[in-house]
Amino acid sequence: MNYIDEYRDGTLAAGLAAAIARAAIPRRQYRFMEFCGGHTYAIARYGLTDLLPSSVRMIHGPGCPVCVLPIGRVDAVIRLALEHKVTLCTYGDALRVPGSGGMSLLRARARGADVRMIYSAADALTVARAEPQREVVFFALGFETTTPATAVVIREAHAAGIGNFSVLCNHVLTPPAMAAILESPVLPGAAPLALDGFVGPAHVSTVIGTVPYEFVALRHRKPVVIAGFEPLDLLQAVLMLIRQVNDGRAEVENEFVRAVGRNGNLKAQALMREVFEVRDRFEWRGLGEIPASALKIREPYRRLDAEVRYAMGYRPVPDNKACECGAILRGAKSPSECAIFGTLCTPENPIGACMVSSEGACAAHYSYGRFKDAVEVPG
Amino acid sequence: MSGNRNTGYVRPLDLRDGRVEMSHGSGGRAMAQLVRELFLAAFDNDILRQMNDQAIFTLPPGRVVMTTDSYVVSPLFFPGGDIGCMSVHGTINDLAMSGARPAYLAASFVLEEGFALAELKRVVDSMARAALLAGVPVVTGDTKVVERGKGDGVFITTTGVGVVADGIDISGANARPGDSILLSGTIGDHGIAVMSKREDLGFRTAIESDTAALHELVAAMVAAVPGIHAMRDPTRGGLGTTLNEIAAQSGVGMMIEEASIPVAPQVEAACEFLGFDPLYVANEGKLVAICRQQDAGRLLAAMRAHPLGAAAAVIGEVRQDRNGFVQMKTRLGGQRIVDWLTGEQLPRIC
Repeated sequence: MNYIDEYRDGTLAAGLAAAIARAAIPRRQYRFMEFCGGHTYAIARYGLTDLLPSSVRMIHGPGCPVCVLPIGRVDAVIRLALEHKVTLCTYGDALRVPGSGGMSLLRARARGADVRMIYSAADALTVARAEPQREVVFFALGFETTTPATAVVIREAHAAGIGNFSVLCNHVLTPPAMAAILESPVLPGAAPLALDGFVGPAHVSTVIGTVPYEFVALRHRKPVVIAGFEPLDLLQAVLMLIRQVNDGRAEVENEFVRAVGRNGNLKAQALMREVFEVRDRFEWRGLGEIPASALKIREPYRRLDAEVRYAMGYRPVPDNKACECGAILRGAKSPSECAIFGTLCTPENPIGACMVSSEGACAAHYSYGRFKDAVEVPG
Repeated sequence: MSGNRNTGYVRPLDLRDGRVEMSHGSGGRAMAQLVRELFLAAFDNDILRQMNDQAIFTLPPGRVVMTTDSYVVSPLFFPGGDIGCMSVHGTINDLAMSGARPAYLAASFVLEEGFALAELKRVVDSMARAALLAGVPVVTGDTKVVERGKGDGVFITTTGVGVVADGIDISGANARPGDSILLSGTIGDHGIAVMSKREDLGFRTAIESDTAALHELVAAMVAAVPGIHAMRDPTRGGLGTTLNEIAAQSGVGMMIEEASIPVAPQVEAACEFLGFDPLYVANEGKLVAICRQQDAGRLLAAMRAHPLGAAAAVIGEVRQDRNGFVQMKTRLGGQRIVDWLTGEQLPRIC
């Protein structure tokens, strides 16, 4: 594939791996968090940790939109589909996210709910137009990447006066989540946060640019390198992070220059500001409540807000006590250090947020990397 | 069939505008007409023409192999094939994966009331053509009709019998450490062809299903290497799932090389676009074979000499592994697990 294979070249990867090994100072540990699920997936899928020296450890962050959705929100959308009998449209990997009692939208569909998988926000509006007798709800979720598309659809539905369409908005914001990780109070007895820098989001940054990450470098003195989702992007970003750490620098650098500009996509940002406003607080699975970390639909478009239309209240549901997702998302623990990893909690029956989607830290480790935990059997 | 001899004429089925009606499954005259004018006309052979509720035949010497499979694909027609030819190929392939020569097929249809007879005819004609080309006749069958809304146009179940020669012992449980793993061609073509049609994704490049009967390829392989250990067609769940099944059955692990697995550029691009892994996308005309390392060269040559195995490749080896992991060396030089597929493969958000 043009413009893709170039970023998956094995020879170049070996060259970068050698450069990383040379740059890493012996006896120094480097702990970097890749914030995005897209990065977590790429690391797991291409086995990139095998190309890094043992002194460089990648910590999988919370940037997986379905993983961070709290149980209470999943329960609410399932109730909407089952009890209000609406036609619920959403993205593929949102269908499997478990709510209370192992219920998911897929299982709700088996119980008679009208749940449809769509490929874009615009598809949901198409469904509403094609079936005017149905109440169609678009279950919108994701970081800043998918938010502008939701904004476009809300504007269009508003302008066209489509009465049988609404949006259940669960869009979340990246910078407040990074702040929450950096500022999370360490509980007595828990391992302290140990991070030397961030691999910054790829697609999110095409929208918001690099400026919103500057607080990480300025206030928290942690380097950030925005990187694309291809394996060579990631290796290059790790090399840039190591160099920053070695030089004692803390800057926001951009490896993904082919897609990300300093100010991002101004048109998309204006659209988001027009349609959405920031919620006072929002609960994240595994991270708890984070102030000003999510969006809701603004007043002129409130008529299209499913939370208003169906008078949906929010009932928080606590995460499972044995689950270590919170510590894993802060980089304090690795998936295999969780007592229920791979036993009670598996991709088939996820208990914690990180096991929910293939982009989650635990699911990626389970599906692609757990051979590393296994006892070697001589062959 | 009786009842019309005196009048000499019965209005034929309206195969252009007609629809399946409940009476087509009621066992009466309408059903007899459907069977005669559609099914018998298409599948015509000596055994079927006897119009009994069963087929009677003798088989050549050897052990009898039997398999059955139901086909429920949506859409019914997709680039490169349709539910009809697929229901013949799939069952022939399940027989052939034992090293058997397929002999006969049975076909059972569940029709939905209101289904266009013209479409049914297209499906049945496609089945008949596939059976004829494969040399494996459909010798008995059944038809049922369900009320509108209770089916998806047509569901087809085909059952096959075949014979495996003495001395051939091919089983998913026979893979041994040190064996070579061979794949007959590109992966993911069928799944992507069906999905791009079903979801109307409008890819500009036509990706065609690879649906094909593999028994002639298998015959050539068995002739070249009678001691093939294991063979399976990676249909639903794709190559990744099939390798895990064999590893679990045989109590072994595997190590495959990503760079050696053929994937058509269009399929790779579609998977990229949808966030799919081609390792888990369905195939309908490919097989995995496992044999002793010293036989692999001969087996690969036999596969490549057949049109359906022209792009065959050795993709890895069987290993001793108490955990039964199927692992892969990635193109980047890393290593990872190729796990069982979790649930359905669903497109990712971003």
